[in-house]
Amino acid sequence: MDYVTGLRCRECARPYPAEALHVCDYCFGPLEVVYDYDHLRADLTREAIAAGPSTIWRYAPLLPVVDPAPIDLGTGCTPLVRADRLAAELGLGELWIKNDTANPTGSFKDRVVSVALTKARQLGFKVAACASTGNLANSVAAHAARAGMTSVVFIPHDLEVAKVTATAVYGGNVVAVEGTYDDVNRLCAELASEHPAWAFVNVNIRTYYAEGSKTLAFEVAEQLGWRAPDHVVVPVASGSQLVKVAKGFRELYDVGLLDDEPHVRVSGAQAAGCSPVATAFAEKTDAIRPVKPSTIAKSLAIGNPADGYYALKTVRDSGGAFASVTDDEIIDGIKLLARTEGIFAETAGGVTIATLAKLAAAGIVRSDERVVAYVTGHGLKTVEALTATVGPTTTIAPTMEAFASAVELDPDLDRPDFNRRDP
Amino acid sequence: MSITIRIPAQLRTLTGGEGEVPASGSTVAEVLKDLDSSHPGFSDRLFDDTGALRRFVNIFLTDEDVRFLQGLDTPVTEGQTLSIVPAVAGG
Repeated sequence: MDYVTGLRCRECARPYPAEALHVCDYCFGPLEVVYDYDHLRADLTREAIAAGPSTIWRYAPLLPVVDPAPIDLGTGCTPLVRADRLAAELGLGELWIKNDTANPTGSFKDRVVSVALTKARQLGFKVAACASTGNLANSVAAHAARAGMTSVVFIPHDLEVAKVTATAVYGGNVVAVEGTYDDVNRLCAELASEHPAWAFVNVNIRTYYAEGSKTLAFEVAEQLGWRAPDHVVVPVASGSQLVKVAKGFRELYDVGLLDDEPHVRVSGAQAAGCSPVATAFAEKTDAIRPVKPSTIAKSLAIGNPADGYYALKTVRDSGGAFASVTDDEIIDGIKLLARTEGIFAETAGGVTIATLAKLAAAGIVRSDERVVAYVTGHGLKTVEALTATVGPTTTIAPTMEAFASAVELDPDLDRPDFNRRDP
Repeated sequence: MSITIRIPAQLRTLTGGEGEVPASGSTVAEVLKDLDSSHPGFSDRLFDDTGALRRFVNIFLTDEDVRFLQGLDTPVTEGQTLSIVPAVAGG
């Protein structure tokens, strides 16, 4: 059953039909999907969700497209890992990592793309397109291949090698643009006007696409036994994901799946080299000044964040905060998470962990809170960021003598103590 | 100065379906004012009650966001292209 009743402008509330529309014709405000919450409340049960597939599609009634066979690579139901060792390092109590590196193409983007392309196919589109900082390109190319759609993805020309390769391998069209992500985004926004038959997932299909991020909240709540956390830390690029995570918790309560009204503090993580929203938060203003990004966290390098205003409002209204972290802190964050919890995050995950550490040190994320940090992309996508600081502990000739001279064994513990040579 | 303005699909009802229209003026503000006189309705769509650009409207002069230039006071030169682009989220 379809619970979508239409679209509505988030700014001026003008109604629109559930078609390939993303901005209000009148005020350019973003359009939002409108659901029939009364019927959802009557129909949805925890048991029905638990009996569904182990993917995001177990929450299909709360997603904006009905399709018995969605375009799906097995996205979602990623691990929610209790992170006691990391919590101890940060002086926190109940800390969880939502490990969204475990999605089919290694990032949370599979959530939004599975929803977007399933809807696009239903609307009759044959071509899947996007403007991407890399992860979205990976995911669109993979899902288009699975669905037999043609793909045209646009990326900045200076992306990490892994992100380019892991897009091109699917055989679609990859257009490297000589410019920043914001240049790519502007180009695609203009191209979308000229190629109305193309489904630009984050342009003309964005209204549906963004809804996929709600599943990041749905899963966490279900994995916590249908309880909301007290505080979440979410990385911010366009701001869409953070807004939808907050919406997801609220929606679960509105449809009766959470017993207690959630009061989730939402905090945002940005890289210092691209922190327009964190800067506006610090300056206590609503005016988000666009910036020219310069950061190793390329997947967050959006200098003109379209949903920044809403992300700012969500964080403020929830009693959360923003912080921004330097490239060195990002590297330390990646290594800290890997060392304590065995999870290898991309640079955006380093931003999240470093921000979590900063907010914990400032007493904003507290030890009496149930905290969830969203780690949304896999470290193998951005190994370049680490090759200068991690490598072999030692390099030796293949002889017993060489090993013996490189290592001292503690006779009591039988633990090796290498003469460490950092690269 | 005569320049070309690229119109997004959402606003082509105001230009009879045209994706590009000419306009003239010496600054971005003047060009947009001229656009509104030749195709009435643009000012309502682009500006809020205080006369500032609406939050989700981006204006690019020769592919550069005017907020990185001098905003609406940015001077324009003959033959440049001004693009009106709705804000879109990304990733």
